Amino acid sequence: MTEMVYGSVPRGGGEPILPRWWRTVDKWSMSCVLVLFGIGLLLGLAASPPLAERNGFSAFYYVERQVFFGGAALIAMFAMTLMSPRTVRRLAVIGFAISFLAMMLLPFIGTDFGKGAVRWFSVGFGSIQPSEFLKPGFIVLVGWMIAASNEVAGPPGKSYSFALALAVVLLLALQPDFGQASLILFAWGVMYFVGGAPFYILAGIAGLVSAGAMFAYRGSEHFARRIDGFLSAEVDPNTQLGYAANAIREGGFFGVGVGEGTVKWSLPDAHTDFIIAVAAEEYGLILVLAIIFLYATIVLRSLFRLMRERDPFIRLAGTGLACTFAMQAMINMSVAVRLLPAKGMTLPFVSYGGSSLVAGGIMLGMLLSFTRARPQGEIRDYLVRSGR
Amino acid sequence: MTRTPLRPLARILAARRAGENPDAIERANLAARHEADRDEQRQRAEGRLLVLGIVFLCAFFMVGMKMSVLAASDPAEPRALASGAQIVAARADITDRNGRILATNLTTHSLYAQPPQMIDPERSAHELAAIFPDLDADKLVKLFTGKRKFIWIKRRISPEQQQAVFDIGDPGLLFGPREMRLYPNGHLAAHILGGAGFGREGVTSAELIGVAGIERAMDETLSDPGRGDVPLRLSLDLTVQAAVERVLAGGMRLMNAKGAAAILMDAQNGEILAMASLPDFDPNDRPRPLVKGDPAESPLFNRAVQGVYELGSTFKVFAAAQAIEERLVSRSTWIDTKGPLTWGRHRIHDLYDHGPALTVEDVIVESSNIGTARIAMMIGPERQQDFLGRLGLFSPTQVELIEAPGAKPLLPKTWSEIHAMTISYGHGMSASPLHLATAYASLLNGGHEVKPTLLIQEAPVRGRQVVSENTSQQMREFLRQVVQRGTATLAEVPGYRVAGKTGTADKPKPQGGYYEDKVIATFAGVFPADDPRYVLVVTLDEPVETSGSEPRRTAGWTAVPVAAEVIRRAAPLLGLAPGVEPSAVEGVTLARN
Repeated sequence: MTEMVYGSVPRGGGEPILPRWWRTVDKWSMSCVLVLFGIGLLLGLAASPPLAERNGFSAFYYVERQVFFGGAALIAMFAMTLMSPRTVRRLAVIGFAISFLAMMLLPFIGTDFGKGAVRWFSVGFGSIQPSEFLKPGFIVLVGWMIAASNEVAGPPGKSYSFALALAVVLLLALQPDFGQASLILFAWGVMYFVGGAPFYILAGIAGLVSAGAMFAYRGSEHFARRIDGFLSAEVDPNTQLGYAANAIREGGFFGVGVGEGTVKWSLPDAHTDFIIAVAAEEYGLILVLAIIFLYATIVLRSLFRLMRERDPFIRLAGTGLACTFAMQAMINMSVAVRLLPAKGMTLPFVSYGGSSLVAGGIMLGMLLSFTRARPQGEIRDYLVRSGR
Repeated sequence: MTRTPLRPLARILAARRAGENPDAIERANLAARHEADRDEQRQRAEGRLLVLGIVFLCAFFMVGMKMSVLAASDPAEPRALASGAQIVAARADITDRNGRILATNLTTHSLYAQPPQMIDPERSAHELAAIFPDLDADKLVKLFTGKRKFIWIKRRISPEQQQAVFDIGDPGLLFGPREMRLYPNGHLAAHILGGAGFGREGVTSAELIGVAGIERAMDETLSDPGRGDVPLRLSLDLTVQAAVERVLAGGMRLMNAKGAAAILMDAQNGEILAMASLPDFDPNDRPRPLVKGDPAESPLFNRAVQGVYELGSTFKVFAAAQAIEERLVSRSTWIDTKGPLTWGRHRIHDLYDHGPALTVEDVIVESSNIGTARIAMMIGPERQQDFLGRLGLFSPTQVELIEAPGAKPLLPKTWSEIHAMTISYGHGMSASPLHLATAYASLLNGGHEVKPTLLIQEAPVRGRQVVSENTSQQMREFLRQVVQRGTATLAEVPGYRVAGKTGTADKPKPQGGYYEDKVIATFAGVFPADDPRYVLVVTLDEPVETSGSEPRRTAGWTAVPVAAEVIRRAAPLLGLAPGVEPSAVEGVTLARN
């Protein structure tokens, strides 16, 4: 009777939350993330004392901060994986709006820490880089838009999302941060590609990107200097690239030994952009290959799981997150081995950096939430396909 | 696939008739269509995701591969920055024909500073200034206390200086190994060796590159890592070279010449046994090239190879040889020598009046310009050009010096008969002493062409025939007569049967015309006359011999005595047995053995 009057008591699907989470989440990828974080701490122990010494902190100051931010990142990640895709989407859109606003405020109240690019907000305990937090929000939002545009009588989400991407790229280019800008463009391109881009448009985009790169090369001295440094055949051993390449050579296959490396003393960005050089020098090729393997596992497993996903939004947003994550790791490592020109991009989860770490946690949390196993109508699928 | 109609009218109409709500059917229909759309999208996405996955896999693989390649390669710098790192001799030695060292490498050190590691920059700066007087202590202090992290102090320091710097005891003063080129014989053969300097330079090593002479010309061979320890063996004979240079330097001083050159060449295969040019320099400390004025005034200028001069009467023998070779004349044909000889507005004179006529032999012996000009008229310009060209007088010599290709003989623009006539006695065209030596060797060695070379020839070389054996022999006889009773009597060295020709040419003024009192005096000859082994060319620039009542400038008084002294000194060193009376030959041979 009570139920007839007040409606039934809301009940879950019958399975408790945590066991269901454990059953459906991509445990392998999650383990890889944890291992990567561990490696990051390990390398931080080696790479950051010189910097701490230079800046007058205790030797493991940066490691302690890394542990703190890493904890925050992991909590954010677990929280995200627990959420349903709808909740994730909601949070992502809100997060995007906030970080977009924050980025617009950067030119007025941001700081450049003397590095020539206004990317940070200086707050009490450290600094925040809003562009890092913007990325996952942007990707989810774009995924939603493109997915919606594929619905019957849906909005023209592809055009909207492209306009949004351009706006973000413009903001990033103003900082200037061409690395993040290209990453944003790449993320949009990947989702558009998976969302069903016609091939002539793909070709057009490829052309636009190269033209944009040329423009950036001509227009920005900061950018041109880095490209020139890369294109000159003989790498000057006194540049960051030269040090990094030499460190990898010194390391060989098994490394020079824990704490024995020297590159961290000469590279100002040893703990962030060139952490892979520290890894290669002290632990050798083995650790580097292991790191590459971990990244590849996360990305390829995610993509494989997304292939079976029926919901277009989840598929698109998940693809965008996974590919951006992969791209960021790849760009960072390619710079160290001189496949790409020098580019300020952190190695997700391994490099030191509060914003990058927490944002990475959020990003991976979203991805793991999207790649959770859910019923996909496999039986029906099978029947329909075999009927054809 | 069959399209699901937007509104399944048939079913809706049926439902209406049955009184059911048709909206449910419509919604169900929409849902089915939506589902079908999603399926289609997913299939397309599946393929594209697969592509993405493969792309990323490849990219990760590529990064891994590149990382492995990098890890497997050697570091750019040696692991230890210490000076003890082994440095392999990167440049081959140069030796003379008997294996005596002309150029070798010495490991020295360069000195640099890393101010961040310095303990007491000021004290170090002052001590450094005390060790190296050319350094300024105040400047060093400024450098060491400035922002720079790396400062070159000295490119090359000696072991003693290194020890002294070491004793300062500052960890910020560091040494980088430097292979340097050392010429242990100093000035000897300076122009041939040239010199070497540093090319690309790093902290721990520097590339040695040749800057001039054979070091530059043979740079690739010398720095070829595949060469190993095999030295480059030159045709020079160090002892003979030393003797020639010494005699030439003395002769130059005695004859008040401002420059001198000498070439001693193997007449049979063109090997240069000695080649000197004075003034010279020390290749260990190569002077800077002149920035203004005539580069020929610089000690770096190789007069024997780079200097092109009008070589005067030494050319007469070419006209005589060609005329005899082409059977226009024989050695006893009478040639009209009545002077002066007028051609257009040009008049050709002899130094002395030789009477109405001379035989061809005497034209050479007495060195008659008019007689030679008449012989040239018989030959004609075209054939003369052809003959001189075959003797190698028209193109740069191919000798292994970087300077050689630049030394082009100066030729008249047109080659009319008057040019043929003046060139027949050595005026109107200029060539280097090396050209002359090569042409003499080709003409007098039995008539086969030789190419001058500084590298030892392993196998005997025999070029094409330029003149017949017979002509060649007659020319040697002519030249022997010149020494016995002609203009070069001072060249007679007992036992070595010298044959040769003098040449005295007025020096051309830069603004045109000729100086009255400046000459190039040349002696070109071969010895022994009956078995041509060596060709010698001695050239003096502006000699004047003042022992007599009036200054004498002709080659017979200047270049010839110097050449005779060269032969007197060099011939025994070359192992040439002096020809003695037949009865004594046996004894001499035994003594040699």
